[in-house]
Amino acid sequence: MTTVRIPPVLRATAGNQKQIEAHGATVREVLGALTEAHPGLRDQLLTPEGELNRFVNVYVNDQDVRYLEALDTPVDPRDTVIILPAMAGG
Amino acid sequence: MALPARAEPERQEEPAGRSYASIVEAIGHTPLVEIPRLSPTPTVRLFAKLEGHNPTGSVKDRVARALIEDLEASGRLRPDSIILEPSSGNTGISLAMIARRKGYRVAVVMPDNVTRERRQLLALYGAEVIDSPGARGSNGAVELARYLVARDDRFVMPDQYANPANPRAHYETTGPEILADRPDVDAFVAGLGTGGTLTGVGRYLRQHRPGVRIVAAEPMPGEQVQGLRSLEEGFVPEVFDPAILDAKYLVSNAESITALQALTEREGIFAGVSSGGVLVAAARLARQMQRGTIVALLADGGWKYLSDELWSRGVDEMGEELETKAWW
Repeated sequence: MTTVRIPPVLRATAGNQKQIEAHGATVREVLGALTEAHPGLRDQLLTPEGELNRFVNVYVNDQDVRYLEALDTPVDPRDTVIILPAMAGG
Repeated sequence: MALPARAEPERQEEPAGRSYASIVEAIGHTPLVEIPRLSPTPTVRLFAKLEGHNPTGSVKDRVARALIEDLEASGRLRPDSIILEPSSGNTGISLAMIARRKGYRVAVVMPDNVTRERRQLLALYGAEVIDSPGARGSNGAVELARYLVARDDRFVMPDQYANPANPRAHYETTGPEILADRPDVDAFVAGLGTGGTLTGVGRYLRQHRPGVRIVAAEPMPGEQVQGLRSLEEGFVPEVFDPAILDAKYLVSNAESITALQALTEREGIFAGVSSGGVLVAAARLARQMQRGTIVALLADGGWKYLSDELWSRGVDEMGEELETKAWW
């Protein structure tokens, strides 16, 4: 099981949990398991075409998956997946 | 801690400084300094571009100069205009300094939980500060500034998040300086805020040094500075070109501050919190390389963070503070 950290903005849709354990060999499968358990998350995380929503960043072991293999990035049960909203700085 | 004695390289005889017509002209031309003690791979050379050497102590002097020149060229500034900008501090301070030299009024919309020194510097340069809710981070400052500009036509917003002058400043100054100083640069690492530095330097280096890797360090937002009501309030700045990056690393505030302390202790360099984050990302990258040259841009000096006592205690003593402030 991979640990998925849920940001405050999504917790109400995720049963008020800060982190959730989910099965999956890729980011797509882990997010699939997550949205199956919490269907309200699907429209927040993914576009109707099943791609990652523009305002959502997903990290595997602190690396943004958009610069790895996107939703096909492999995930090990020991990995930590972090979901964050896009935030400004500067 | 005792460190082994090292032979220092011979000092170059060229003059380090130049003569400038005004403080605005003195922006840029910052030093690039090797920091071998922070490279985890001895065959990977790590250099720090010290943007704290700019007139107000940050890389944002470059951006603010370009933003104000853009406003001047566009004819949007009237005698009663007030330059209004959302900023976590550095951009506002840079705009205020340049506006003071050029005779413009400035107001800065800033999260109410930034360090005291930023308010002091803004006041010193004559800028007005408008507070935005700290819990909503920079996103909240952007939203409030856009609301104010829509309601009062005296306000003119340079908009570092959307104005191409921001990345252009880096394309025209920071990028060429790096390549001139290190023609062998293999990777460039900087913090991700507006995305202006990474986009501008990245475009320049890609054109002139094919194969160079462009890597972002991104701050892990504290639980209490993620006060978004929905994901739709998320924000990807218009000036940021995500396709320019090869990798993006998330760095926690605790990791950043630990690296910052090591930078001061081991290399004698005093820098701001985002610089620690950049060094964490640079070290991760260096561990994946056999050899090569990495340039890490350290966006500001440590002066604006002194009241936070980051250098006098361990991160374990900082507790909740790490989560309640927007550090970058």
